[in-house]
Amino acid sequence: MLKEYLTVKEIVGPLILLEGVEGAKYNELVEVEFPDGSVGLGNVLEVEEDLVLLQSFEATSGLDIARTKVRFTGRGLELPVSRDILGRVFDGLGRPIDNGPRIIPDKRLDINGNPINPYARDFPTDFIQTGISAIDGLNPLVRGQKLPIFSGAGLPHSRLAAQIARQAGVLGAEEEFAVIFAAMGITFEEADFFIQEFRSTAAIERAVLFINLADDPAIERIATPRMALTAAEYLAFDLDMHVLVILIDMTYYCEALREISAARKEVPGRRGYPGYLYTDLATIYERAGRIKEAKGSITQIPVLSMPDDDKTHPIPDLTGYITEGQIILSRDLHRRGIYPPIDVLPSLSRLKEKGIGPGKTREDHSPLSNQLFSAYARGKEAKELAVILGEAALSEEDRLFVQFSEAFEDRFIRQGEYEDRSIEETLTIGWELLRILPRSELKRVKEEHIKKYMKT
Amino acid sequence: MEAGVVVKVSGPLVVARDLPDPKMYDLVKVGKDRLMGEIIELRGNLASIQVYEETAGLGPGDEVISTGEPLSVELGPGLLTSIYDGVQRPLDVIRAKYGNYVTRGVEEPGLSRERRWAFTPAVKVGEEVGPGDVLGTVPETKVVTHRIMVPVGVEGKVSEVKEGEFTVEDVVAVVETPRGEVPVTMMQRWPVRRPRLYAEKLAPYEPLVTGQRIVDTFFPISKGGTACVPGPFGSGKTVLQHAIAKWANAQIVVFVGCGERGNEMTDVLLEFPELTDPYSGEPLMLRTVLIANTSNMPVAAREASVYTGITIAEYYRDMGYHVALQADSTSRWAEALREISGRLEEMPGEEGYPAYLGTRLAAFYERAGRVVCLGGDRREGSVSAIGSVSPPGGDLSEPVTQATLRVVKVFWGLEDRLAFARHFPAINWLNSYSLYLDKVQDFWRQEVEPAYAELREEAMGILQREAELQEVVRLIGIEALSDQERLIMETAKSLREDFLQQNAFDDADAFTSLRKQYRLLRLIMTYHHLASRELEKGRPIEELIDLPVQEEIARAKFIPEEELERFDRLEEKVAEQLAGQAMEVRA
Ligand SMILES: Nc1ncnc2c1ncn2[C@@H]1O[C@H](COP(=O)(O)OP(=O)(O)O)[C@@H](O)[C@H]1O
Ligand SMILES: [Mg+2]
Repeated sequence: MLKEYLTVKEIVGPLILLEGVEGAKYNELVEVEFPDGSVGLGNVLEVEEDLVLLQSFEATSGLDIARTKVRFTGRGLELPVSRDILGRVFDGLGRPIDNGPRIIPDKRLDINGNPINPYARDFPTDFIQTGISAIDGLNPLVRGQKLPIFSGAGLPHSRLAAQIARQAGVLGAEEEFAVIFAAMGITFEEADFFIQEFRSTAAIERAVLFINLADDPAIERIATPRMALTAAEYLAFDLDMHVLVILIDMTYYCEALREISAARKEVPGRRGYPGYLYTDLATIYERAGRIKEAKGSITQIPVLSMPDDDKTHPIPDLTGYITEGQIILSRDLHRRGIYPPIDVLPSLSRLKEKGIGPGKTREDHSPLSNQLFSAYARGKEAKELAVILGEAALSEEDRLFVQFSEAFEDRFIRQGEYEDRSIEETLTIGWELLRILPRSELKRVKEEHIKKYMKT
Repeated sequence: MEAGVVVKVSGPLVVARDLPDPKMYDLVKVGKDRLMGEIIELRGNLASIQVYEETAGLGPGDEVISTGEPLSVELGPGLLTSIYDGVQRPLDVIRAKYGNYVTRGVEEPGLSRERRWAFTPAVKVGEEVGPGDVLGTVPETKVVTHRIMVPVGVEGKVSEVKEGEFTVEDVVAVVETPRGEVPVTMMQRWPVRRPRLYAEKLAPYEPLVTGQRIVDTFFPISKGGTACVPGPFGSGKTVLQHAIAKWANAQIVVFVGCGERGNEMTDVLLEFPELTDPYSGEPLMLRTVLIANTSNMPVAAREASVYTGITIAEYYRDMGYHVALQADSTSRWAEALREISGRLEEMPGEEGYPAYLGTRLAAFYERAGRVVCLGGDRREGSVSAIGSVSPPGGDLSEPVTQATLRVVKVFWGLEDRLAFARHFPAINWLNSYSLYLDKVQDFWRQEVEPAYAELREEAMGILQREAELQEVVRLIGIEALSDQERLIMETAKSLREDFLQQNAFDDADAFTSLRKQYRLLRLIMTYHHLASRELEKGRPIEELIDLPVQEEIARAKFIPEEELERFDRLEEKVAEQLAGQAMEVRA
């Protein structure tokens, strides 16, 4: 029998303070019954003696002090899982919204999970070919990595994420895979774009969707990525699948967290975000990876929009401190009509060293990417100089670097949304572009590789 | 047993009432899962407790039991090659027993109770011993001899000493003290928040050679020194920390992964057993202790992890070893402090950090140093402490960076601008510094090469000049420079690319000995000196650049350590080609 209380004392924003409660537990799931009979969920943020502070996942409009009922469930928030979650659409709290049958659970899992023992982890080393040169060639993704896309309002991050989901595969591998898609606070149109995308490629049968839209309750978003990752862990480590998790948009998730923190009158950290934002985000992002002896894996692609395109804003900043690199989109490239507008220089894949090279991709991959990076950096720098001093002030060499950087953006970075380049194609384009530069400048690639791969 | 009861739960903070005889920093067990926690505040009959494990499911009325002892670590053979969480629970044992996830309420001792170690006595019955005296030794790993020391507070005559194979709980010696017989085992316990004792602190002298050229030649740290590595994400803090953990000439390395990525610890765990220590020729893991409290593990244990780490480091120092302690990242430790402080509703200081942030940081780095250890033989040991700092947005004016800079003596400032251009290590050579430079240069003069220090100063001068000249080029263009100035630009470029840049992932480049660093620097500077002389003779700069030998200079970093004589030949070539061209021109 659930304990029920009618003792609401205060309602402040998403918070409900209850008194006279006995036996409440920290982080316990509660049911909140609205005066109109509808029922929402919430959980315990703090207990002190008989006082309980709750956060309501449902918007609190319509609640009142006299008639609101709260029931304590004695457990945490859980997700019922079974193989049948594949192909299904859930709301942000894991309730089916696709009119499909009820899920008959194989188990119920606490959505907070437990931290993976660092000793149990296996290092991600399998290169994932996304078919996108700016990623595969320069910032390659490996299985088990968490690699976010830092974007901005109006940039094509959804198209890019969808392209990755569509094209991603491990070279020479035929294994069971699944895509988990968690929407937090995005618009119906954006979410629908993904749903149609999954439908049209029949990927929907291998997908699990958790959808919290812009007009859905904001606080619900706090649970959504945890729902998605709980499902991912089940598929990856119970059912041996390789799972790709797309979390979009983490910025709205963080804003929900900020809302709770502000309502609790906590001492704010940078820009009003709570001081524990780093730790909180880590409990999401660290739920990616591989486990020794396990067949499956979890690869995460969180997407976030940088407020004001500012990489030092706490959300991208703290994300970058936790994830294993970042793919940054550039408004400048986008304006110039380059898709995908990936700003390769500040982008980074921290796991690339172990995912590429002989036996994985190709022996020249790593030195070639270093050479492309430094040549492009130099070309861009020279271009900036030319803007100030005029083309004429550039040395002959610098002019070649400028030419290189333009060709690089046009041929290497730019590609079609449905163009799926093999890693060989990507590397070949790289070598072709290097021909623009004088041989003596190619200090980062080996002589033997130049002979072998640079067609002259 | 008498117990207190939980009255409040707020995240990692639990408040308990009526705990019998509570003392600050005593270890307690909370709830039916017996979660580990530590008392951090006492008010009347209320005790605030930071809990090292996830507190979901705890509530008012749950029982709290005090152990009556502060949080301590177990010190003895078996520490090396271990991987612990922030409160010294062995993660490998935990995985074997409990599976892939860290679950709650796990109690596992830091040192194995079953494993037997071969103890060889170093004292005889009847000898007088005091704290720190070595009672005997244990070959802990192939490269490290573990010295079993008389614990602090024990002084007297050895009345019994054994030889053979023992567990850490077995008595290996008995000391007759004025207060009676004291049995001594191979294991000591020490409260982590209390610095271990030593006889005397010494000034730093010898460098901790890290094998990283920009560090050792330009901004060296000495054994027993302190250093910080601040930089925005992706600038190379962790790679630098790992490189130092791999290649430094420390005898023991304690690496604390404090609130950072799980995969980075995995990386170390997989690599260190495979990599060979250039000094011992044996796997690096044999001299390494890992503490892993990753970002998703409970924050309170993260707060404790740096103390667990430094206490273990001090313990090996006390045996007379040079220890490197590395914490990646101290910012995460500070954030844990901030989170707990916030929950205690303390008055926040800057950016919400508690007002005592600075003193805590200072107290931590004070535990580094070169010391004369306790014990009659006056052996010397050291702990060098190197902490990463993760400033939000890369802004060094933030409180943790600032508080750190006030106490540490070496600053390796990483910059994303350099990282974007793939100049690694991305240490800014213009604003980084080492306050040990003078001392270390004295050491170079005596032990490496008298000319090293002057060469370094000159190279640094060239790099600084380059920055000024670049400004000129940016405003007016390259034509504004004189030939001598263009040579400076040329040499500076070579210093940056051929000396400072060092690829941590290239087997040949990852580590450079001091001797080779000196030769490489001298090679580049030889080019500079000779070319400068040619300019003085009136030759144009165009003849002195783009020489074939410059490509060889660029590859000189890959010359194997065993073939340093190749530098002689290269220097000759530099002279030949600079002069040779002159001949051609004259002819
Ligand atoms: N010395 C180095 N040599 C080669 N690559 C490096 C070096 N230092 C850093 N990097 C590159 O930079 C990336 C980020 O470095 P990392 O140490 O993880 O940054 P941080 O800890 O500051 O976030 C690495 O994954 C690697 O690609
Ligand atoms: Mg790092």
